[in-house]
Amino acid sequence: MLEIKNLHASVEGTEILHGVDLSVGQGEVHAIMGPNGSGKSTLAQVLAGHPAYAVTGGAVSFEGKDLLEMDPEERARAGVFLAFQYPVEIRGITNAYFLRSAVNAIRKAQGLPEYDPIDFLDVLQEKLQAIGWDDSLMNRAVNEGFSGGEKKRNEILQLAVLEPKLAILDETDSGLDIDALKTVADAVNKLRSPERSMVVVTHYQRLLNYIIPDYVHVLADGRIVRSGGKELAFELEEKGYDWLRPETAVAG
Amino acid sequence: MTATAVERPIEGPAAPYVATYRAFAGNGAARAPAWLRDLREAGIARFAEVGFPSTKDERWRFTNVEPLTRSPFTLAAPGMPAGAREAVAGLALGEPAARLLAVYVNGRFAPELSSVGAAPDGVVIGGLADAFERQPEIVRQHLGRHAAVEGNPFTALNAGFIADGAFVHVRRNVVLEQPIQLIFVSTGGTAAAVAHPRNLIVVEENAQASVVEEYVGLGSQSYWTNVVTELVIADNAVVNAYRIQREREDAFHTATTQSWQGRSSVLTSVTLAFGARLSRHDINARLDGEGAECTLNGLSILRGEQHVDHHTTLEHAKPHCPSWEVFNGVFDDRSRGVFSGRIIVRPGAQLTDSKQTNNNLLLSEEARADSQPQLEIYADDVKCTHGATLGPIDPNAMFYLRSRGLDVNVARNLLTYGFGAEILNSVADEALRAQLDGVLQRRLEESLQRSTRR
Repeated sequence: MLEIKNLHASVEGTEILHGVDLSVGQGEVHAIMGPNGSGKSTLAQVLAGHPAYAVTGGAVSFEGKDLLEMDPEERARAGVFLAFQYPVEIRGITNAYFLRSAVNAIRKAQGLPEYDPIDFLDVLQEKLQAIGWDDSLMNRAVNEGFSGGEKKRNEILQLAVLEPKLAILDETDSGLDIDALKTVADAVNKLRSPERSMVVVTHYQRLLNYIIPDYVHVLADGRIVRSGGKELAFELEEKGYDWLRPETAVAG
Repeated sequence: MTATAVERPIEGPAAPYVATYRAFAGNGAARAPAWLRDLREAGIARFAEVGFPSTKDERWRFTNVEPLTRSPFTLAAPGMPAGAREAVAGLALGEPAARLLAVYVNGRFAPELSSVGAAPDGVVIGGLADAFERQPEIVRQHLGRHAAVEGNPFTALNAGFIADGAFVHVRRNVVLEQPIQLIFVSTGGTAAAVAHPRNLIVVEENAQASVVEEYVGLGSQSYWTNVVTELVIADNAVVNAYRIQREREDAFHTATTQSWQGRSSVLTSVTLAFGARLSRHDINARLDGEGAECTLNGLSILRGEQHVDHHTTLEHAKPHCPSWEVFNGVFDDRSRGVFSGRIIVRPGAQLTDSKQTNNNLLLSEEARADSQPQLEIYADDVKCTHGATLGPIDPNAMFYLRSRGLDVNVARNLLTYGFGAEILNSVADEALRAQLDGVLQRRLEESLQRSTRR
């Protein structure tokens, strides 16, 4: 589904990713862990097409198509979704209105009829029920005045409504207390399906107690330095990241 | 003393107005009661003394009224212009039978265009000139007592020409469901003309009302509206005051709105500016009773060479009063927006809680916005915050929306619309909000069309 080959990317002239290779199959959940500054968020932003990041080498294909050739909105319509580490506040636009605009943009691209506001309410109720949440965030302006936990929940809500084929979760666990973490992880688990792949970017192993990945990769200094099964996460929890660094040096 | 000031020879752009005043005062206006003549005299004397403001004056630093002074405006004549009925019909809210609609042409009440028959007992909606005769006590008690002529040269000029305008009186305990709509039509005429509407709105104890003040222009000649509105909100009264300035884009608009609030009263004021070539609006709110609440919101959507200046003063004179102020601006082309937000907390106004925000969105590189918060706090147990933003559309917000499938134009439009919608959301009347939403959406579509051509 997603093939990343020797991906190099830089921001403001500084190269952050020095050749990332990653292959994600349909329905698989991959965790990407790594210390601060390792390039985890850069990888997530590059996959979603943030214009501030320049791809300087390598290739990314999504369902056989060249992802890097696509605008951010084309990627979204093709089924790529990024849950932001720092969701943006949009003044004056309610969550319900925003979600409907997004769903309709994607439906339009797929040749499906757009939802009117009344129909969309039903769709929304159904999605909320599926993840066991209420509609308390719906009539508030997008992320405005939201707590950290509410912002992260709102990202997962968008994931539920937009139904992407590939969901990239960028530090969705950062800043959450354990209750909020469980709420978010529980919803993410309900959204797992054999058709939907996920890339879970996290700094802390804790999240992976709740979202059990199929594969774990360690990103350090802009490269994947170690890949393994879910047990790799526990090893990292125990030993930290430092034991991986010499290997990086050898590889580099 | 006032007489000497007026009699002193005056030169410069103020002179023709003082001369017009003399003709006005010696003509039909001479029959006015003494107190009203004194009010006018004090107004014109003040204007003669200070003249038009210059940008050297701190309060006028960002707004140059020089274009207004290039040639004198004649005093607008009353009249029934072509197209007025259609213009009013397009703006009127609600079912015709239930309407509380008063229309003013060049500052004069126009009963033939108005429909106020549905007003319940205890509610008067009409012209100030009529109120001089029918409710002189209320007029005398309030007129000119709140909007000080020292506050602004244009307020002083308006006071000199007090003749007519809107008069609204809501008796105590009356709760009005239907909003009162006051539409001010300027007709231009053959020569550039100025109207000085003077409005007095008095809402007594425990009463509730919504008042919509709307300014529009007809014809092809440039004109100037110089209006003063005094809004008196007695103890425990609840008022929504909406104001929509959509003058023609070659018109001048100078205005002062002065509200006064008694104990536990609630004012929600929403001021929208879409029109005029040059507009300066002083919005002064005095919270003069314990526990009074005030929301002061505003929105400017400008394009071309438009210049709109909102000067707000929130005066906390008594304790336990919360206030909220949000002014947003969206500026395209070479337009310019000015916001000044002054918050005064008087000695003893403890537990004041005041929050001010000013957000400015610049859609073009040549657009400009100036934001000037001013806090003057003379009490020691208060909470006052202010914040301002200024800049083009946030690229992170653009990326966020695009990453959800919205294309660039839709994302830009949505972000821009949000600036306006945030303010329109504070309009409680649904029909009015829908009408204003339409205005906002049309403006954004036009802006988008121009930007794609650019």
